[in-house]
Formats: sequence, structure tokens, C-alpha cells
Amino acid sequence: MSGLRKLADEPYMNQTEQKPVSLLRIVGGIGDSALYILTDLGRMGIFLFFSLIGLFKQPFRFKEFVKQLAFIGAGSLTVIFFTALSSGMVLGLQGYYSLHKFGAEGMLGSAVSLTLIMELGPVLTALMVAGRAGSAMCAEIGIMRISEQIDALECMAIDPFRYFISPKFLAALISVPLLTAVFDVVGIMGGYLAGVKLMGVNGGSFFAGMEQSVTSHDVRLGVIKSVVFAVLLVWICTGRGYFVQKIRGAGFGAESVSKVTTQAVVLSSISVLIFDYLLTAVLL
Amino acid sequence: MSDETTVSGESAIQFVEVCKSFGERSKRHLVLDRVSFSAPRGKTTVIAGGSGQGKSVILKLILGLLRPDSGEVLIGGNNISSMGYKALQAQRTLFGVLFQGSALFDSLTVFENIALPLRERTKLTAEEIRSRVAATLEQLELTGHEDKFPAQLSGGMKKRVGLARALQLEPEIVLFDEPTTGLDPVMTREIYELFVQTQKRLGYTAVIVSHDIPQIFTLADQIILLNKGELDVFTDASQIPFSTKPNIREFARLVMGQQTA
Repeated sequence: MSGLRKLADEPYMNQTEQKPVSLLRIVGGIGDSALYILTDLGRMGIFLFFSLIGLFKQPFRFKEFVKQLAFIGAGSLTVIFFTALSSGMVLGLQGYYSLHKFGAEGMLGSAVSLTLIMELGPVLTALMVAGRAGSAMCAEIGIMRISEQIDALECMAIDPFRYFISPKFLAALISVPLLTAVFDVVGIMGGYLAGVKLMGVNGGSFFAGMEQSVTSHDVRLGVIKSVVFAVLLVWICTGRGYFVQKIRGAGFGAESVSKVTTQAVVLSSISVLIFDYLLTAVLL
Repeated sequence: MSDETTVSGESAIQFVEVCKSFGERSKRHLVLDRVSFSAPRGKTTVIAGGSGQGKSVILKLILGLLRPDSGEVLIGGNNISSMGYKALQAQRTLFGVLFQGSALFDSLTVFENIALPLRERTKLTAEEIRSRVAATLEQLELTGHEDKFPAQLSGGMKKRVGLARALQLEPEIVLFDEPTTGLDPVMTREIYELFVQTQKRLGYTAVIVSHDIPQIFTLADQIILLNKGELDVFTDASQIPFSTKPNIREFARLVMGQQTA
């Protein structure tokens, strides 16, 4: 019994003895983390500022811009096409299943198109672009950072923002809304295929419902979302790569690039989802 | 042997009581502790020391890539550590840098790498740039390799391309970060010969950070040794064993062995 008592008391005694030290350590740790987060946010804010300023600096690198447009935009078409088609078809089937219960199959076109234009189109496009192009941008810039290529640019008095970051921003700002539009159209066609061609909903009522329910406000909301998501994903992915050596716990060398790339995709995806809710709440 | 006595003529670079530390707040590691020295204009200053002693940090402070915690870094009399972005960019036009890993842009060919500073920083026509790059390629025996990418080059060739890029705008100050690391003795000698030739031709101030002791001392007009937070400046390698600073004497004994005995 006394042995058990001793065992039970020991951690308590140790805890009591270490209490002031542990408390200090906890408070210190919280303060340290808060300072790190503030510094990181400030750093990323300055990065965004210089990236946007870089868009107006001369000479504009048109070739680099076109290259990025091809990479982020044209290169993402296949993944956007298949994601949109499958999402639209699932929406068509699910929508039919739900609406059939109330005898409201005629509303299928309206349900599919509104869901795609206002929500799924911008969100899924941004998530796909973040996974495909965002990760590549982060890794590319991260490798340029650790191999001193960015330092070399700065030493040649060449602004790295104008040289290779701002063209990525502009390319994303143009291609993400366009990819979203492609997503919406392909998704609606997918919904049409599943609802009309497979489940036998009337084609005329599908398109008529869509025409009646979708307003310019809904389209505008989708466009605003896609532009905001484009800024978010290109900002986070390029910024994380640029500051690869300053990110806590990322380690060094190739490992740091791989960790930071994962972090960039996760962070940009979460930001897209959070901002989706905020924008919907404010603009709907 | 004091810092100031070794400065001959006008200083291109001057460090005044510079401190620099790294790491998070609770675990700061002091790399440079009130470091002062000058690099004379048109001469070669070699900075040597063990790993992690702050040699590359000195180069980054000179370039304004890092800012000192305290003290001043003066380039041609201007304090680079308090400069704004634009002034810093203007100051950097004075520099050419050969990085340790060459820092060539891996998505650009050899030609494009060497042409980059000319394209971005001058108003030369495409034809003028082509002929200037071709001349440089010939001088550095790189003709025929212009369409290769950095990944297709040997270590020595990368260094030569890096040097060619660094010298394209005929800078006043050229910084060399471990120029011979990873090269065989033949290639090392080749890089040193190239250095002597280009410095003779262009007359730039050179700062070389190197581990290649004592060979690198043959190029030096001034030697700076760093060890365990201590720094000493010499005009001749033969003075090193008689340093007044114990950590420097210890370092010299370890790396120069018999010569200092």
C-alpha cells in the first residue's frame, strides 16, 4: 500500500516542485508562438504587397506570364474537366434522388447550376489548382531559395517579385476565374447527362429552370469567389516557398521544401474553405 | 595586427562593431560579436575560418541580404545596413557574386544565365548581348556549352559560368563564397588562375571566403581569420602564428599544422 502511495505521490510531488518552471515555460511558449504567428503574418503581408506592386513594374515579363498562364491555366484543364464532369454528374444523380421524393424533378437544372456556379465551381477549381499548380509553384520557389537563386537575383539588383512572382500572380488571377467558368459549364453538362440522359428528367425543364433561377448576382458571386481564391492560393503557395528557410519546424534542404509544400497546399485549401463561408455570408 | 593597422589605402568595405545572431528568441546563437575590419579597394581580402564561424554571414551582410543586429556595414562609405530597398538595389549594382553552389538558374541555359544581367540591367540590343556573351564564353573556355542547362555541367564548369555571370557588368566588388569547394586540385588551380586573370583585367576589389587553407593565402593581400567569435586581420600568412588572440592561434595550429609550429 505504501509502495502504491509512493508511486501515486511521486508525480504529484514532481508537479508541485516544477510548477513555477512549467508555468513559465507554457506562458513563454504561448508568447513565442504568438510572436512567430504575428511575424509570419507581417512577412506574408509584405510579400503580398510587393507581389502586387511587382505587377506594375517595368519591364513586364510577358513571356514568363504566358508560360505561367499555360502552366496554371491550360495545364489544369484536364483535371478541371474530369472533376467538373464527375461533380456535375453526382449532383445530377443526388439532386434527382432528393427532388424525385417531392415530385420536383423539374427543379434539377436550377439546383445543379446554382450549386455549381455559387459554390462547387469556385471552391473545387481553387482546390484543384492549389493541389496541381500551387504545390509546383511553392516547390519551385523553395528550391530557388535554398539553392541561392533568389539571392543571386537580388545580388544582380533584379527584383525577384517583378522577375518571377508577380507574373505567377497575374496568371493565377486570370486563369482561375476562367477555369471556374469551364468548371461550371462542364459541371452543368455533367448534371444534364446524369439527370436528363440517364434518369429521364425533361431536358427543356432542366434548362428552363436554370435560366429562371440563375441571376447575374449569382454569377458575380462565383466570379468574386474565384478571384479571391486565386489571390489566396497563389499568395500562400508562392509566399511559403519564398520564406522556406524562415518557417518554424520546416527543417533544412530538400526536407524543408517538401514540408513547406505540403503546408502550403493544406493552408491554401483551408483558407479557400474558410473564405468561401465568409464570402457567402457577406455577399449572398 | 590590429584591425585598423592592416587597412591600406581607401576602404571599399568596412565593418564597424558588427553583431549578428541567429535562432529563436530563447536560443539565440551569436555568430559575429562586435566584428570590425576593412577591405581595401582593388585588393583581395581572404576570409577564412572553421565551419559555422560566420564567414558566409559576412558576405550576406556585405550584400545587404542580412541586416546586422547592431553595428555598421559601410560600402564605399555608405551604411548598407540602414538603406531602404531602392538604395540597396542601387548599391548592389556594385557587386558581382560567385555563390558556393554557383546559384545558376536551373531553368535557363548557360547562355541565358550569363546574358541575364545584361538583359535585365542594360539597354544592350540582343545582338550586342550575344556577342558579349560569346566573347566571355570563349575567354572562359565554355564555347560549345552555351545551350546546356546547369544540371548538364560539371562542378568546375558551373563555377566558370557563375564567374562569367558575376563579371558581366564589370562590378567594382566581387564576392566569392567558397569558390573551390568540391573541385579537384586541377580545377581548383584553374579557378585561381581565372581569378588572377580577371582581377588583373578588371581591377575589382575581391572578398574570398574559403576553406582552402593555406593555398588560398597565396591570392590574398589581406587575410581575415575567424574562430570561436574572435577575429584577426593579417597582411601576410606568416604573421598568423603570432596572433595575439588565442583562438586564432589555436585555429592556425589546427589547420596549418607544421607551418605554424
